[in-house]
Amino acid sequence: MDPSASVETHHDPHSHAGEHEHHELGWWRKYIFSTDHKVIGIQYGLCGLAFLFLGFCLMMLMRWQLAYPGQALPVIGKFLPHIFGPGSMPDGKMTPDFYNSLGAMHGTIMIFLGVVPLAFAAFGNFVVPLQIGAPDMTFPKVNAASFWAFGVGGVIMLISFFVPGGAAKSGWTSYTPLAGIADSGPGHNPVFNGQTLWLIGFIFLITSSLLGAVNFITTIIQLRAKGLTWMRLPFFVWAQFVTAFLLLLAFPPLEAAIVMQLMDRLAHTSFFLPTGLVVNGVPMSISGGGSPLLWQHLFWFLGHPEVYVLILPAFGIVAEILANNSRKPLWGYKSLVFSVLVIGFLSFIVWAHHMWLTGMGSAVSAFFQTTTLLISIPSVIILSAFFISLWGGSIRFNVPMLFTIAFLPMFGIGGLTGIPLAFNSADLYLHDTYYVIAHFHYIVAPGTIFGLFAGVYYWFPKATGRKMSEFWGKVHFWPTLICMNMIFLPMFLQGMAGMHRRWYDGGQGWNVANDHTIWGLTGFQWNHPISWAAWAMGLAQIPFIINFFWSIKHGEKVNDNPWEATTLEWTAPSPPPHGNFVHTPVAYRGPYEYSLPGRERDFTMQNEPVEPAERTRRKPPAEPVLA
Amino acid sequence: MEIPYTVSNRPDTGLWNAKIGIWLFLASEVMLFGALFSAYIFLRIDAAPGTWPHGLLNVPVGTMNTAILIISSVTVVLAWAALKMRRYRAYWWYMLATITCGLIFLTVKLAYEWPQKFEHFGAYIKPDALAKYEKYLGNERRLEKGLEPRIEITGHLHSQNATEYEVALDPVNADPDDPAMDRPHFIPLPVTDKIATIEKADVQRATMFLPTHSAYFASYFTITGLHGLHVLGGVIVFIYMWLPVSKKLYQRNPEHLANRVEVSGLFWHFVDLVWIFVFPLFYLL
Repeated sequence: MDPSASVETHHDPHSHAGEHEHHELGWWRKYIFSTDHKVIGIQYGLCGLAFLFLGFCLMMLMRWQLAYPGQALPVIGKFLPHIFGPGSMPDGKMTPDFYNSLGAMHGTIMIFLGVVPLAFAAFGNFVVPLQIGAPDMTFPKVNAASFWAFGVGGVIMLISFFVPGGAAKSGWTSYTPLAGIADSGPGHNPVFNGQTLWLIGFIFLITSSLLGAVNFITTIIQLRAKGLTWMRLPFFVWAQFVTAFLLLLAFPPLEAAIVMQLMDRLAHTSFFLPTGLVVNGVPMSISGGGSPLLWQHLFWFLGHPEVYVLILPAFGIVAEILANNSRKPLWGYKSLVFSVLVIGFLSFIVWAHHMWLTGMGSAVSAFFQTTTLLISIPSVIILSAFFISLWGGSIRFNVPMLFTIAFLPMFGIGGLTGIPLAFNSADLYLHDTYYVIAHFHYIVAPGTIFGLFAGVYYWFPKATGRKMSEFWGKVHFWPTLICMNMIFLPMFLQGMAGMHRRWYDGGQGWNVANDHTIWGLTGFQWNHPISWAAWAMGLAQIPFIINFFWSIKHGEKVNDNPWEATTLEWTAPSPPPHGNFVHTPVAYRGPYEYSLPGRERDFTMQNEPVEPAERTRRKPPAEPVLA
Repeated sequence: MEIPYTVSNRPDTGLWNAKIGIWLFLASEVMLFGALFSAYIFLRIDAAPGTWPHGLLNVPVGTMNTAILIISSVTVVLAWAALKMRRYRAYWWYMLATITCGLIFLTVKLAYEWPQKFEHFGAYIKPDALAKYEKYLGNERRLEKGLEPRIEITGHLHSQNATEYEVALDPVNADPDDPAMDRPHFIPLPVTDKIATIEKADVQRATMFLPTHSAYFASYFTITGLHGLHVLGGVIVFIYMWLPVSKKLYQRNPEHLANRVEVSGLFWHFVDLVWIFVFPLFYLL
């Protein structure tokens, strides 16, 4: 008997035949406390989507205050004080503290509870083992632990809205010393206050991504199917591989920083509190000797790789859908792979470009300016390769492809507008304005989130056996695309006009002195169309939500490979059973063999053996490599 | 369904799964402690003159703890080797030795070293009152010799009332002009019976040697605390692998238990290595 089989069974004395184990599992073990990578992926996905919508709702509330500062929010404004407490929106008017909480938690929720769980954990969990032909992740129990650590972290973050004083309000970056002293003093619990819960929640989220990252990398190294060599991996797997390394190595320094900030708040140390700190005119009784700059360094050491954690999985999704729907191989596969590796490496040495205004010194600035400009090179290579991949293809404009095609120029705008920010001279002016908001939202909102939508539409048939409605997908896509641009394009103009990004009054006061108009509206007045576009975009998500849930039961039934794709996940049944594949897959070729000459079909799957005629025509060794 | 390569090697990578997993985990741990040590360096470089204490920790006890951890790293390798040779009895004893070493380390840390600090008292003197306490600080001589000024008086808090502290002085404050006090002592000197009276009005800040005392103690307690948690985690894992429940695994598949000991041993070596950095940074430098 195979030794590993006996090991599997000893954990569960009731199962003697490992093959049939899953039939005996109850509903709770199968759908809630599951160790199956597909279930965990879907759990992550649903949570991630829910958190994305929640984060968006927080922003829609803020957009009211920005467009109509100090005015009572109609209808909803009456209910919100009952939910968030009387200090949030008395008489429907938003208080500054609540505004700050919304801003800080919007960032936190969108990035750490929305996009990362969806882009990395959900798609990574569901798709990667299928794409590499593995039966599951290498450590299924660690995988479940990762999800539940994420769940605990998410719940703690949510609870923080309802403690006295409200949720964290020092920005998603929690800069010290502000964050060190926020939410403390009279009326606040020493532990159950917004900022402390934010820190504790984060420890769980970091634990979750650490466990996930270890699992992903090990899975990709160890469980690739026979014949699936590194250069035959789908680009999505490469993207997830690099992303996992970023999470593995960039998160721990933030964890260290969070432990230190927790010590500052709970044990009254001074890691980040400088000597002679005076709060409300009273010198604080602390030892001092701490460094606020230290927090910024540790935070951005995570913070910048985190940006690539957000975008690389989207690159991966886009690459898959692009090749599939242009019906030709991805252009420059090797350049893409090496670019993504270079991005992964460089992303660790660019962090201080978030800190031009801290006075680090010109030598440090020059170094980080150089590395920041260097990292634009692989990013441009990737985007160019994607554009060239479209050239001469017979493009199918289905919903995943629409989102993918929209991703390209949107990410392009976001990337190119980042270059002025990379130069510290230009950044002196643009720093902390709406220009910065527009820049990074072009990358993560119409960029990453379009990639995620594309992925949801694309892999939905694999998870359910049914397709989402094309018509309602298009009803979702077009208003979302238009609204995204109506929201973020004017922000470039506002930022260049000098509007600061953290104003509670939306720039109303600033507008008194700066009332020159841009296309007929002053900087502040532009808040109105932006806010209306944001609310319209909220409405535009309704077709998606309905389509998503409706299609689970009532969508059009499709076969195992509805998109006529080439990679291994489409050889598994839809939805794949426990253990994934009916026959253990073997890969004989690269991932994007579309429109091979001399074939009946325009796609050749990775598990199709190489024909003798092909062997003479093709140069690379076609024998499966022993794995 | 079963996951391949849980026990045996994958031919082209030459590794089983958990071995890659533990090395990745350790890489992330390096970043965690790396960040903490970086913070230590950052804070120490930034520290104002006189605010970074020296010679407060008990070097012989720290040396003993270092030795204990190193011994435990050897015994865990011997335990693994014994399993590879299928000598369960020897494995059991070596594992017990490892666990004992881990527990001794924790006991020394938590029951002796930390509480001793909690009982120690320090009062930072306001800059304009330093001259008043010159007989405890010896700054005139230090200034002549080009040494950092002393701005803190330490010892055991004898008593206090609304206006003053009475402190049984440390030797360094009892006899501040003694050249022997210019350098930290390898074996710490006991508190003297010389009592100093310090007026509260002259004190900038006075605390016991708690994390809140200074950047030095903040990083000392944070880093040794986190390291202690790692030791505790390792000990718990080792206890699990030493208990009869793991003997059943050994009887079914000894190689699997050996692999488990190997990965947790790797973790244990890492914890040992962290201590090899902690010891000089806090005790010696």
